Amino acid sequence: MARIIVVTSGKGGVGKTTTSAAFSTGLAKAGHKTVVIDFDVGLRNLDLIMGCERRVVYDFVNVINGEANLGQTLIKDKRIDNLFILPASQTRDKDALTLEGVGKVLEELSQEFDYIVCDSPAGIERGALLAAYYADEAIVVTNPEVSSVRDSDRVLGILSSKTRRAEKGEEPIKEHLLLTRYSPARVQKGEMLSVEDVGEILAIDLLGVIPESKSVLNASNAGVPVILDQQSDAGQAYEDAVARFLGEQRPHRFLSEKKGFLGRLFGS
Amino acid sequence: MLTLSVLHLLSSDMDRLAAHLDAKLASAPEFFRGLPVLIDFEVMAGQAVDMAALKDMLVARKLMPVGVRGVDEAQRAAAEEVGLGLLAGGSPIARREEPSQSTKPAAGAAMIVRHPVRSGQQVYARGGDLVVLSSVSPGAEVLADGHVHVYGPLRGRALAGVQGDTEARIFCQSLNAELIAIAGNYRVSEHIREEERGHPVQIFLDGDSLRIETL
Repeated sequence: MARIIVVTSGKGGVGKTTTSAAFSTGLAKAGHKTVVIDFDVGLRNLDLIMGCERRVVYDFVNVINGEANLGQTLIKDKRIDNLFILPASQTRDKDALTLEGVGKVLEELSQEFDYIVCDSPAGIERGALLAAYYADEAIVVTNPEVSSVRDSDRVLGILSSKTRRAEKGEEPIKEHLLLTRYSPARVQKGEMLSVEDVGEILAIDLLGVIPESKSVLNASNAGVPVILDQQSDAGQAYEDAVARFLGEQRPHRFLSEKKGFLGRLFGS
Repeated sequence: MLTLSVLHLLSSDMDRLAAHLDAKLASAPEFFRGLPVLIDFEVMAGQAVDMAALKDMLVARKLMPVGVRGVDEAQRAAAEEVGLGLLAGGSPIARREEPSQSTKPAAGAAMIVRHPVRSGQQVYARGGDLVVLSSVSPGAEVLADGHVHVYGPLRGRALAGVQGDTEARIFCQSLNAELIAIAGNYRVSEHIREEERGHPVQIFLDGDSLRIETL
């Protein structure tokens, strides 16, 4: 049976799809058979970030409606073995997804995969609820600013009340906090919330801190998950987060400012 | 003049009655709470009704049965036995039961919440106190008929004595609330003084005004 992971946030633009792409790639690289599903029906993006947009034939909605089977629809990643993408439909809307339909597809994928990563759309409406409903674990992507933190808090409330595990009274979804677009310099100036501030408000386990980095945008433009950019701090931070997710102990990096050449020279 | 809600009895089947009533009450629990009702037996002539069970069933739902009308001889005797007044048609009430103790919250009926109350969530301790062992996030709301205790940081809204109990208080370890209220007297975050913020405090009503006192 696969573990189902939902990548969610409530707020848009915080890095859910970047995280879904990086995380699924990281899990597959670690040898786990992984599929990443784009739940953002109508605003399909994951295929671009994964660099497989030219190979999309069928999509998630086709599978739910029985117009195509999973074998025809899953796109195999060209760089990493064990990694598959289930793209969203761009021409439909989120009403095309049904609870039973999603459940059936996840059930079928569960037979074959170790991890199923669900890339949730923004918001707390139907699409987001469906992405989270069957989850075993949740990665709550949060930016260090008040509106994002509040939205994440709202989503955590939903995870603990409106999902399958909550409704059946099973062990609750395991929640992980992933802080993205973190800029130590701005935290120091008081322009951004610190890791401690966010941790105190949300009170869940910290999976990782991804520094604000140009490499994220570059990676998205190139269609290469940023975790594959071993030189970049964001890529390394994602790799740490995946390792922690898989049970490894790793210290948190990138929490303080790298000093530039001049900074080091003057020791400021 | 006196307005009284009338419950028209159409069946003597208590289970059916209870189910119907619950559905009705769920639509506006606060409106029906402690509402005096008159039970109308017009269509039940000649049928045996378990008067004591009926009264208990209504009292258990926080309704206050005060009397009956349209009863036959047997029903009348039964009503008298359980202390329900008799009304003939539209004539004035012959006897009225004093408001019973049924609206008082049961002692020790505290609700304990161990998990964080998150933005968008609402927790209401009906008829008693609320104890939150974790935090109350911004955008969350905790309410109680009695006292509210919050042992984590209080960052959302806290309302005590929501049924009008002016003796109710709010106790918290760290006051950062968006709004605090006791028996409808409220104060928003903007009017909480800096020196009270982030401190363990109790909040209570002093006459008409809210007082915040550091602990």
